Amino acid sequence: MSAVAEAPVAATADTRKAGDWLLVAAAILLCVWVLLPIYLLIVNALSSPEEVTAFPKRFFPSFDIGSLSFFINFAGVASALWNSVLVATLTMILSIGFGAPAGYALSRFDFPGKGTFRFLVLMTRAFPLPLLALPLAVMFIRTGLDDTALGLALVHTTLALPFAVLITFSLFSGIPVELEEAAWTLGCTRWQAFRKVILPLALPGIAASAVFAFTISWNEVFAAAVLTIENRTLTAFLLQSLGESPLYLKFAGGAALVVPALIFIFAVRKYLFAMWGIANR
Amino acid sequence: MAEIAIKGVAKRFGGFTALHQVDLSIADQEFMVLLGASGCGKTTLLRIVAGLETPSQGEVWIGGRRVDHLPPRDRGIAMVFQNYAVFPHLTVFENIAFGLRMKKLPQQEVERRVNRTAELMHIEQLLKRYSGQLSGGQRQRVAVARALAMEPDVILMDEPLSNLDALLRLEMRAELKGVLAASKTTTIYVTHDQVEAMSLADRIAVMHQGRIVQAASPVEVYRNPAARFVGSFIGNPPMNFLPASKAANGSWSVAGLTLPGPKSDRQKIEFAIRPEDVEAGDKGLQATVRVIEPLGPHTLVTCDVEGGLFRAVLDSGAAVAVGDRLRLAPKPDRIRWFDPETTNAL
Repeated sequence: MSAVAEAPVAATADTRKAGDWLLVAAAILLCVWVLLPIYLLIVNALSSPEEVTAFPKRFFPSFDIGSLSFFINFAGVASALWNSVLVATLTMILSIGFGAPAGYALSRFDFPGKGTFRFLVLMTRAFPLPLLALPLAVMFIRTGLDDTALGLALVHTTLALPFAVLITFSLFSGIPVELEEAAWTLGCTRWQAFRKVILPLALPGIAASAVFAFTISWNEVFAAAVLTIENRTLTAFLLQSLGESPLYLKFAGGAALVVPALIFIFAVRKYLFAMWGIANR
Repeated sequence: MAEIAIKGVAKRFGGFTALHQVDLSIADQEFMVLLGASGCGKTTLLRIVAGLETPSQGEVWIGGRRVDHLPPRDRGIAMVFQNYAVFPHLTVFENIAFGLRMKKLPQQEVERRVNRTAELMHIEQLLKRYSGQLSGGQRQRVAVARALAMEPDVILMDEPLSNLDALLRLEMRAELKGVLAASKTTTIYVTHDQVEAMSLADRIAVMHQGRIVQAASPVEVYRNPAARFVGSFIGNPPMNFLPASKAANGSWSVAGLTLPGPKSDRQKIEFAIRPEDVEAGDKGLQATVRVIEPLGPHTLVTCDVEGGLFRAVLDSGAAVAVGDRLRLAPKPDRIRWFDPETTNAL
């Protein structure tokens, strides 16, 4: 009797154990998939130019800043870096400027077509950028927006805006509407209630959303490469000079792009999880 | 002077009618409780008075001034919310001072009023804390203090005690009654808890399906329900109802008993009696005992009368056993009659 009862229990335990192993293996695989390229990038960026081309590779970097300093002093890098920061900052301002009010409206008001609007916000990500780039380039040349920071920032804003809307939407939805109503009954106009109660509570999240918009622009390469010629951003600049530049320069450039983006995303990870409805931890 | 007049207020949400043409007037300094089950429209009515909801039609007057087109800040009201709505980014002091600062009162006056209301609500020692460091009961006190500090004409309360545990609720209930009576404001208080309503109210407005069924003093609502719903909703255990058929003009036969009653054209009406208004004796309604629940001061006996449930509250000394056949005599002056079609009292 007891043997019969124990057999399925043991089988369940085995299955669970196998499941655990599978989970661990998958987690390790994913970590290697993401971390290995970053590791190689950093090791090479922090090695001297000679070590980068040498073989066998060193496991630990020599913390030689030769590659990095060469990269910084490379002709055009400084201005490309400045362009990247400029475009990303403009993108950040534009996408929060438009995205936060849209997110607030979505969370607080019921209006006809609300569901459609949310859907369309996401739909903007369904069109591949290469498809839009050519007509955009033609239009930008006609209006004189081509090869300007503002023009590129506008394109990047269309990429970042859906995320800004969704993040701020979940952010405002997380703040009880009663807090706002209490402020109204205590003498505030709608705007005063927003400024004195909602904004202080939402500010960390809005900052996170802004950083995310910045990162999207910072990482974007296709539109930057097509729409700018003289005023290239760092990504476009690296793409252009990739063919002719030495290996250590590529590594240093890659690290210069990846490291800030990684730090930014890490800083705002809590709010990105919230955007997709995963518990805020 | 802040009497409130609600005139023909209706509210529709799309195809759903939350309020049907409600009329209610509340005297200056009166404590009015809106009582009803969830979804009866009581919170909607309160929010319309507060200005957080716009009525589909009708007028709201506060202190002789029509306010239904005014934003909440211009109505002379303060509101206490069910979930307290204490601002988490401000200290208790700044929470209570919030409305006073919006009025641009001088700092001295702000401090005086905050300290006075904090003392009144016994939260002087919490003034430097944030909402996250407070218990539910303390947050409730802050919310009430914040409303009182405004010295409003009208205080609106939306189920303020429903998130507290039973013991704390009892304590806060008594305290609220004292504080609000002393503040001399007109109060509208929404609750689904009939005990809370009975103990706090000067007058209770019982709401059902978007209508005010009866607005009267607690004892009146309990003793003389205007409609069947009021009798069945108020009182624990609720009123008993039995079918009555015409015996003669002004005389009705109920469960084998012939009782004098109202004159009516109908052949069948409803007889109603509160469980504590019957006495076991030799004459009366024929009842078979089903369940006995001793409650200490008295015993709740659930019986079968004419195939329906009938509850009687008997003296705890009464010797009854399950299966016993009892005669339950209704006290003549406590018998109520209802029209089965309109459900109104006869």
